[in-house]
Amino acid sequence: MDNAFGQPQNVVVLGGSSDIARAIVRKLCAARTNTVVLAGRNQELLDAAAAEARDYGAATAETVLFDAEDPGNAARVVAESLAKVGGPVDLVIVAVGLLGTQSEMEDDPVAAARMITVNVTWPVAALTELRARLVAQGRGRILVISSVAAVRVRRTQYLYGGAKAGLDRLCQGIADSLEGSGASLQILRPGFVRSKMTTGQREIPFTTGVNEVAENTLRGLATGERIIWSPPILRYVFFVLRHLPTKAWRLLADR
Amino acid sequence: MSRVRLSGWGRTAASVASLITPTNEDEVAAALSGEVIARGLGRSYGDAAQLAGGVVLDNSGLVGVSPITSEGLVTVGAGVSLDDLLALSIPQGWFIPVTPGTRQVSVGGMIGADVHGKNHHRDGSIAAHVRALRIVTPVGTFETSPTREAELFWATMGAMGLTGVVTSVTFQMMRIETDQVFVDTDRFDDLDAVMSEMASGDDAYHYSVAWVDCMTRGRHMGRAILTRGEHAPVSQIDEPHLRSPRAARLKVPLDAPSGLLNPLSIKAFNELWFRSAPRHERHEAQSLSTFFHPLDGVRDWNRLYGRRGFVQYQFCVPDERAETIVEAISRLSASRVPSFLAVLKRFGPATPAPLSFPQPGWTLALDLPVGPDKLPGVLDELDALVLAAGGRVYLAKDARLAPATFAAMYPQLDDFLSVKARVDPEGHLTSDLARRLHLGFPHG
Repeated sequence: MDNAFGQPQNVVVLGGSSDIARAIVRKLCAARTNTVVLAGRNQELLDAAAAEARDYGAATAETVLFDAEDPGNAARVVAESLAKVGGPVDLVIVAVGLLGTQSEMEDDPVAAARMITVNVTWPVAALTELRARLVAQGRGRILVISSVAAVRVRRTQYLYGGAKAGLDRLCQGIADSLEGSGASLQILRPGFVRSKMTTGQREIPFTTGVNEVAENTLRGLATGERIIWSPPILRYVFFVLRHLPTKAWRLLADR
Repeated sequence: MSRVRLSGWGRTAASVASLITPTNEDEVAAALSGEVIARGLGRSYGDAAQLAGGVVLDNSGLVGVSPITSEGLVTVGAGVSLDDLLALSIPQGWFIPVTPGTRQVSVGGMIGADVHGKNHHRDGSIAAHVRALRIVTPVGTFETSPTREAELFWATMGAMGLTGVVTSVTFQMMRIETDQVFVDTDRFDDLDAVMSEMASGDDAYHYSVAWVDCMTRGRHMGRAILTRGEHAPVSQIDEPHLRSPRAARLKVPLDAPSGLLNPLSIKAFNELWFRSAPRHERHEAQSLSTFFHPLDGVRDWNRLYGRRGFVQYQFCVPDERAETIVEAISRLSASRVPSFLAVLKRFGPATPAPLSFPQPGWTLALDLPVGPDKLPGVLDELDALVLAAGGRVYLAKDARLAPATFAAMYPQLDDFLSVKARVDPEGHLTSDLARRLHLGFPHG
């Protein structure tokens, strides 16, 4: 059960081996979280994440295996993960996502479609199931990992950015629909983060590590703000970037 | 049945439940077929009287007050407020033997929290003045007392509604001659001074409580104002009255901005408040409500803490570990976490109730606005300190304790659980607090 400080006691992570999710889970376990359920597609990585959660104080850390390319399994994965919590769930982190290499995908219809399936369709199917369950529960929170890439799509990463934009906007609608239900949804928009997902990519200004993202996330979970930016200054940076004329934006973003 | 969003007085961690207002025991019994918890006037600070996704029984329909017998026995419906009971009893010369700091509590809630007051050092908690309790449980309705179904009687005291739904309570009331209290006030420049005065002098007074400033560091750390009182006898009052307490005249109309109560404003308030108290004042006549329920003058004062709300941290420690009080205040003042005037009090004898909070020694209660990043960690440190001293945290105030800490703080937990298993075998009586603390669950 979430306490007065917004510290969850149990957490489900869809996309449980994501580096950002793992960093968040480490910090949550160091505070109050004692039960963790990690769902993902790679058992080895999930086991490592589960062992890490236990090292940081979780009494129970379980895993659920699934393939995010098949949205048909989303409801089952949600049901199975929540069942393993063994009671009302406090926090569900939706961290399913795929960055990919744009240049290899933009001429490949199947690869392009896969980006939408993994980044949008599967998460939305899961969120639909989660929404209903949390409303019935009268409580509980969802944290969706979006990206600043969703705020303004870059030519060099439009498949990822466009997919995140779709997810991000959709989640704002879900968050509105949860008003008064006792449940809520928050969106995390990190900037460029050093992680296994971005290995080999060129760093840009305001790049952070996963621990800094996790820290900002915990603060955001405590305040309950709708959109959590990491680092927080990106809220203002992207306010400006969002309104730049296209030419100026491309000059900045296409490099 | 309606879906409502409920939180405690601290306005943190709200959840949505279905609300039912039963008007008799049959309706209560019918509601116990699924997960359910009773709620009174919502004055417990944390998540004790809410149940996400379940059924919350508003006890305000359980009304009725019997005539007060010549011995001072009165049987009251669990949904009757202390305010209503006192409005009836004071004009007849009867007062509740134990009152919390507000009259806006239901009689059922007083049992659930096993409330204490400024006279705990002499008279114990309310449980010591209850002669009978009617409790509706999933396995039936029980008429309990210290001699009849005594285990259930005691297990219910302070158990935050987790044994069943209390429907009526028989109190032993206390005679008063006037509606005035004679109050002695003393101001102390540091914590040691006020604690040694309380340790040696409280026994001479019926009522005693100290307000402590937890924000001043250094030499004047824990400076305090001690107020102690006695009911005024009719012979010493010029125009004796027995009037009902007056209703609140002020109201906080909307949520204050979250930053209103910040270290600066709280410090300024504490300073003003400390300086406005007399250094020594003797025999000042105050009304019962001024003395016992000062905050009842302002309705909805919890809204001053803004949207994010506040937590109250109340703990007690045995006499031989009195230094824990000093340590707790010095950690708080060092961490610069803002806290409003804290309440310091001596506790007298405990009752046999396994989940009742008070135990002989000292208790300190702190109001802390939610917000500072450091606050959760500071309170976790205080938990460890209190636990190491053999002390505990009060469930009626709690909104953030961890399950293992709670279990260690209440060594008689198993006694409670065995009674609960008998009267609520399927664990229907639960709450957000019970789920958070794993209280009543087999895995403890």
